[in-house]
Amino acid sequence: MRSDTPSAGPAVATSVLAATGLARAVPLAGGGRRSLFSGVNIALTPGEVVAITGESGVGKSTLLNVIAGLDAADAGEVLIGGRDVAALAEPERAKLRASALGFVFQAFHVLPHLSLARNVALPCLLAGMNAADALARAEIVLADVGLAGRGGDWPAVLSGGELQRVAIARALVHRPGLVLADEPTGNLDPETAGRILDLLLSEARDRQAAVLIVTHSEMVAAAADRVLQLSASGLVPA
Amino acid sequence: MQNWVPTRWLPTLWILSGEWRAHPVRMGLAVLAIAVGVALGFAVHMVNSAALASFGRAVASVQGRADVAVRARSAAGLDEGLYPRLARLPAVQAISPVVELTASWGKLARPGSSAKGSRFTLIGLDPLRAMSVTPGLVGLSRSGQSGVGSRPAWQGDAVWLSPALQRATGLQPGDAFTLTAAGRQAQFRVMGRLAAAGDDAQIAVIDISEAQWRFGQMGRLHRLDLKLADGAGARAAVQAVLPADAVLATPEAEASRADALSRAYRVNLGMLALVALLTGGFLVWSAQALSVARRRPQFALLSVLGLPRAGLVRQLLAEGLLLGVAGAVIGVALGYGLATLVVEQFGGDLGGGYFSRTQARLGFDLPAALLFGGLGLATALAGSISPALAAARTAPAQALKGLGDAPDPAKAPRARPSLMLLAAGGLAALGPPVFGLPLLGYAAMALLLAGGVALMPALARLLLAPLARRGATWLPLDLAVRRLWGVPQAAGLALSGIVASTALMVAMAVMVASFRQSVDDWLVAVLPSDLYLHLEGAEAGGLAPADQARLAAVPGLAHVQFQRVISVRIDPARPAVAVMAQGGHASVPLIAETDASTPPGTTRALISEPLAWLYGWRQGEVHELVIGGVPRRLFVAGTWRDYARQWGAIVVPLEDYRRFTGDATATEAAFDLKPGADARAVQEALQAALPVAVQGQAQFGRPAEMRAVALTIFDRSFAVTYALEAIAIIIGLIGVATSFSAQVLARMREFGMLRHVGVPRRQILQMLGLEGAGLGLIGALSGLSLGLVMALVLVRVVNPQSFHWTMDLALPWPLLAGLVAALVACAGGTAVVAGRRALGKRALLAVRADW
Repeated sequence: MRSDTPSAGPAVATSVLAATGLARAVPLAGGGRRSLFSGVNIALTPGEVVAITGESGVGKSTLLNVIAGLDAADAGEVLIGGRDVAALAEPERAKLRASALGFVFQAFHVLPHLSLARNVALPCLLAGMNAADALARAEIVLADVGLAGRGGDWPAVLSGGELQRVAIARALVHRPGLVLADEPTGNLDPETAGRILDLLLSEARDRQAAVLIVTHSEMVAAAADRVLQLSASGLVPA
Repeated sequence: MQNWVPTRWLPTLWILSGEWRAHPVRMGLAVLAIAVGVALGFAVHMVNSAALASFGRAVASVQGRADVAVRARSAAGLDEGLYPRLARLPAVQAISPVVELTASWGKLARPGSSAKGSRFTLIGLDPLRAMSVTPGLVGLSRSGQSGVGSRPAWQGDAVWLSPALQRATGLQPGDAFTLTAAGRQAQFRVMGRLAAAGDDAQIAVIDISEAQWRFGQMGRLHRLDLKLADGAGARAAVQAVLPADAVLATPEAEASRADALSRAYRVNLGMLALVALLTGGFLVWSAQALSVARRRPQFALLSVLGLPRAGLVRQLLAEGLLLGVAGAVIGVALGYGLATLVVEQFGGDLGGGYFSRTQARLGFDLPAALLFGGLGLATALAGSISPALAAARTAPAQALKGLGDAPDPAKAPRARPSLMLLAAGGLAALGPPVFGLPLLGYAAMALLLAGGVALMPALARLLLAPLARRGATWLPLDLAVRRLWGVPQAAGLALSGIVASTALMVAMAVMVASFRQSVDDWLVAVLPSDLYLHLEGAEAGGLAPADQARLAAVPGLAHVQFQRVISVRIDPARPAVAVMAQGGHASVPLIAETDASTPPGTTRALISEPLAWLYGWRQGEVHELVIGGVPRRLFVAGTWRDYARQWGAIVVPLEDYRRFTGDATATEAAFDLKPGADARAVQEALQAALPVAVQGQAQFGRPAEMRAVALTIFDRSFAVTYALEAIAIIIGLIGVATSFSAQVLARMREFGMLRHVGVPRRQILQMLGLEGAGLGLIGALSGLSLGLVMALVLVRVVNPQSFHWTMDLALPWPLLAGLVAALVACAGGTAVVAGRRALGKRALLAVRADW
């Protein structure tokens, strides 16, 4: 494990992600706003794995959303592959997510009415690949995550661990530069969680994809190259 | 694979196909709702256009397609001295005098009787004149030659029949044909058929002199067909020499009259069909909104993975489009089938009785199919727009965590836009007719419906507030009330279908019940005597004074009152009004009467409501009406209710009519029997006392039978309305069932949680049943209130503006109470049934799953 100062990190030119001065506040029910975080700087290089920890409600998931362009920062800048996310229009941000980002969620989010292959092929289609190529590639990646020959199965027959394997395959199938993972093992038992984490990190490293993981899990944090703790004043090495 | 679909559309296509595969019934019902609306609209349009076209062809056949015709204002006809005067005009190139009589063959009978016979138009003309003006009316002899030049064929007893009349009578050339017109009977011999008369008209043509001589029309004509010189002044030149008892009937005016005859009826049926389509639209909206709400996390996932918002909206609209296309195609096919069935079963006027002498022919009307299919498509798209925009507005990250779409019970739903819609509806109801139709009245109904449905969340919260504040000790009730109060938007969604369909069916049920009750009351008022006689097709002459005296002398009669009815045309573009000359005290149900005495030089007249509406006559005013060839001054002494003659009727004293016209005949009579007299024996004696010539035309009726027949005809006329009502009820109940089951399934996690914390399955089912019944009750009562307001618009605005008569409001309480009970039971029952499905093992697991 390696810790860095939050503002340092790799040079922007070699980063898949470079965020500087990010701040975000949320409105309060009685009026006014509560600051979640400010002064957040972070940069990731290809293949690097960074874990973000912090108390519940501190804004870890919000930070991931801001980085993915799903939420707007009040201040700061996010560059993904050198492109300023905030400067892009909504359709362009969608296109950027489709081509450069992969997502893994705590709750798997595997669509119940689609076969496993179709679930995995979705990002390829959104990135513009034709259906036949997308499905062929989905079968290959499913095999990589231990689900060879299961592309025609329905999600209803899979266990939680298997569903998360499908989600990992979907996050990596279109070869994104950055995978954003929000509590990827939160719904799994410790043994399965360990296997899933190993799978996610090894597959990502094989593809030179950087991984930014939000987690409460010490085991996950221990597997990362760097661990940063989010607080109201920003990201600090844990 | 699926090469025809753009790659970026495939993810949504996959999701949509998955949804359709997983919930085929729900999607199928949405398609069916659209299809039913399209089918009804298309069928009503097809049947009416076919009937109108057929009626138009029949009118054209009778007229023989002259440039213009000079017509008598009434059946009394014109003095034939007008013929040479018009013939001398330079503007007139050719002229053909015509005697036109309503005639009958066989024995006319009431509906349901097996007696064979019918009415037709008897035309008398001069073939030499007619050849150059209306050649279509000149008959062919057996050898296929025109009668012109073979003069003997046109004399004496020669008659030519139109193909339709020939078919009806079954007569062949050479056969004898006995017919009755103007109270006289005569026998003719069939010489051939009028090939150019088309298939629609029931006409017979004889020589004009025979018509005048045999049917008492000496010196009288009913029509002069003209061929005019080119130029704008020709019609004006003819118009300038016309006497008061003649009108210039142009082809445009004839077309307008044919259209006017059933326009309001057609528009009203069309509107009812669109109402069914509107209900279908609500169902699509409800189905789409629930489906989108349930799939929100799925769409959020697509957004996170890179599908732009515009793409999401476009693709959800594509789903609506697919529903619409499927509904439109099925609807057009169903509509065509329905139209064919209706024409066969009810005739071209759907039982309305407007085109009784024509046979409608149905063709496939492509532009109309596209129009109604397009309306179905637009309805489905309109129902999909707001759910699609709502899906696109959702923050994807929040939606993925199951947040964002969670309602905030502290936030009260907005009531102002709904109240504004309701107010706009109220204002529109006060508006006048547009193009003679109650378009603003229908706009008012649509606005009231939209406002009422939109008000549901706010209303549900308002009604439940006292219960929610107090709380309930019984857990299922407490949970049910808090859910309904806390999530009124969801309640509103489920309620929209119930409220829309309940309101529409209540409005229609109340309107029909009010109309029926008013017609029944009116029948009692207009039928005070013991026995009635009516001569069918006797416009040109009925019972002579000697015949009347013979009838009055029949034993068992205490009092007889004769009546002469003629048609008088006030406006050439409108159907004629009925002038009813009554002896003694007028027996009509007055709704207003002036105290003023009849001014000198005027005749006291009572006008019907439709006449007052159509011609703007008011009581106390004096108006001119041509009776007996001369304009007479009528003093409007009162207005009476009349449901029998939509185009207006005027009651004048019989003695005045006889003085004006010299016509002492009668076409109707009312008989009061002596106490103890046997009605059947008296009727038989009266029948025997009738002249032989009119015995086939005579129809006797006793008030009870006549009321029964009238109400049977009323019910048959409204059969289509009842069918639409039943369909609205079924669509509404389906809406309740689908929206409720969808909501229950969407709440599986909530039920799982309740079961985890120890709430027994039975109590959750009780909670669901109470929720459903509560929703059903709120929806049914709101729909009932809204429906009563809409019924008021129908009764007080739409009907008077369409048909020019008023009616008293009658509320069919047993039907309405049954409806409310059925809706409450259906909503509660559906909730429990859906709950049973949702409360299996899956509910417990659902706590951990995301959908």
